[in-house]
Amino acid sequence: MENLGLLMDGFGAVLTPENLLYAVIGVLLGTFVGVLPGIGPAMAVALLLPVTYGLEPISAFIMFAGIYYGGMYGGSTTAILLNTPGESASVMTALEGNRMARAGRAAQALATAAIGSFVAGTIGTLLVVFFAPALASVAVEIGAPSYFALMVLAMVMVTSVLGGSPLRGFIALFLGLTIGLVGLDLNTGQSRLSFDQPLLADRIDVVVVAVGIFALGEALWVAAHLRRSPAHVIPVGRPWMSRSDLKRSWGPWLRGTAYGFPFGALPAGGAEIPTFLSYITEKRIAARKGRDEFGEGAIEGVAGPEAANNASAAGTFVPLLALGLPVTATSAVMLAALQGYGIEPGPGLMTDQPELVWALLASLLIGNVLLLVLNLPLAPVWAKLLRIPRPQLYAGILFFAALGAYAANLQAFDLFLLLLLGLLGLMMRRFALPVLPLILGVILGPLMEFRLREAMAISGGDVSALWSEPLAVVIYVVVSIAVVAPFAVRRLRPTPAALAADANLTTEDTHAEEKVR
Amino acid sequence: MNDGASTIVVGWTPDEFGEVALHRGVEEARLRAGRVVVVNATRGDALVDDRYADEEQLARLTSELSASGVEVDVRRSMGADVADQVLAVAEEVSADLVVIGLRRRSPVGKLLMGSVAQRILLGADCAVLAVKPPAQA
Repeated sequence: MENLGLLMDGFGAVLTPENLLYAVIGVLLGTFVGVLPGIGPAMAVALLLPVTYGLEPISAFIMFAGIYYGGMYGGSTTAILLNTPGESASVMTALEGNRMARAGRAAQALATAAIGSFVAGTIGTLLVVFFAPALASVAVEIGAPSYFALMVLAMVMVTSVLGGSPLRGFIALFLGLTIGLVGLDLNTGQSRLSFDQPLLADRIDVVVVAVGIFALGEALWVAAHLRRSPAHVIPVGRPWMSRSDLKRSWGPWLRGTAYGFPFGALPAGGAEIPTFLSYITEKRIAARKGRDEFGEGAIEGVAGPEAANNASAAGTFVPLLALGLPVTATSAVMLAALQGYGIEPGPGLMTDQPELVWALLASLLIGNVLLLVLNLPLAPVWAKLLRIPRPQLYAGILFFAALGAYAANLQAFDLFLLLLLGLLGLMMRRFALPVLPLILGVILGPLMEFRLREAMAISGGDVSALWSEPLAVVIYVVVSIAVVAPFAVRRLRPTPAALAADANLTTEDTHAEEKVR
Repeated sequence: MNDGASTIVVGWTPDEFGEVALHRGVEEARLRAGRVVVVNATRGDALVDDRYADEEQLARLTSELSASGVEVDVRRSMGADVADQVLAVAEEVSADLVVIGLRRRSPVGKLLMGSVAQRILLGADCAVLAVKPPAQA
């Protein structure tokens, strides 16, 4: 297989002492931010964006890959030990995982989550290795109208399918698109939304937006809710599992992977739906076998959703690498990092930057192994992180946020923008607007405009060119289904959130603690 | 002293230090025919604080206390400074005695960590009794 050969080259690039070091830093940092609810891999990558300008792209992406997967691992630890799902994807894990922990089986819950994540992440990454190049080779043929349609699809899916309220999602999306418009129009040189500010005409740096919304917004929100009744963390030793646990886990791992990967790989993104489906399936299978421990801490209920979560995370690399379409906040910020290096994201990425892509994929596999090795023995240490007082933690985050925003362009004006965007972030959390559509709008908006202009230039300004390609028409049909379907589905089925509420999960301030991947 | 009975404030945490302080406080209350006010405070600025009792520990505390036959009042509070919260309760009930559990600490540890006990000792208007758990504990 040609792909495997390229992957081996990727391993060759990653397995240098320096890059391995970045991989270790990445997974440690990722787990660190994953364990703490409220801050996540997207914030970590955003804070690191300016730092990495001095790094080789390969090293930077090895670190980001580690942070991305590490964040998943960390989130499950908090979900199980504290019953506080750090992100919407861990809600299902928390459901059974915390009950297992309360029943004294925390070690097994953590073990099945960690090993399940490893299995799903590895299978998922291997699937990316096979699918992404194939998709990219098809995608280079896609014309501007279809490409534009794909971007619309990604935005609509992320906005209306994920998250509780499509209206809130669209508000956030349009806020993001608006921020993306600020500055000089690259085609005509007219300035837009710049209010005659020469500094604004220069466009708002993505680093400033990402850091402002993720870091400053979160810090202000936490400052507004500084004192909250603390919880107890369930004490745990080194995670381990018995042979019978393993026997009960491997089925859910594989089924979870099968659910998770397609959802991540389609530009639908999100782990909410596959984790929910996996949970329901495992519950049904357990009931059929007459061994239904769901509700009292069933290991299947941790193994399945955790695998689905990670497989979906791996799957999101398919649209990111093959199409240049990010569907999670972390991959959106990673795309911004690519642009920072002057690398054009899109279908050409795999052929233009093969070393980078294959090193990234190899580092995902290596990161997975590192996480398994680190997380099993270190789980008790990670649990200790939850004792960090918020003032100290967020003081550190604010320091790096300000440093990062300033370092991006060395302009004091950016700090002013940072504050404004931080206030916007605070308001978004206050009114439960999701952050992901905004960041996607900021990053994908300009790319989308570029494709739109391209299509218009070819057609000579004829708008009907947008649906002149069959693929574009198909995509618009899918888009309209995606907009209508959630309303229909919500009438038929309880949402995962409703299910979680039934189970009396402590989702107090979920919108605040919801962590964007 | 209000209506002759003395009031004893116990700074309580769900651990060995809280336990010795509570036992001593109840003992003192029996001796003086007084009542006990138990204070469990937290800064509430971290996700996890083991010294803030959860429902289960609170239930165990109240059942233990009702078995002791002394008049008890349990207060939980959250604020910037744990010592201030204990002192505020002591002032409010015009306590005659504050009982706290004390940690063994080296001078260096003391220098680095600061201490709730120290601030209670310095800030209280009434007598403060500091007790320690048995050395082996």
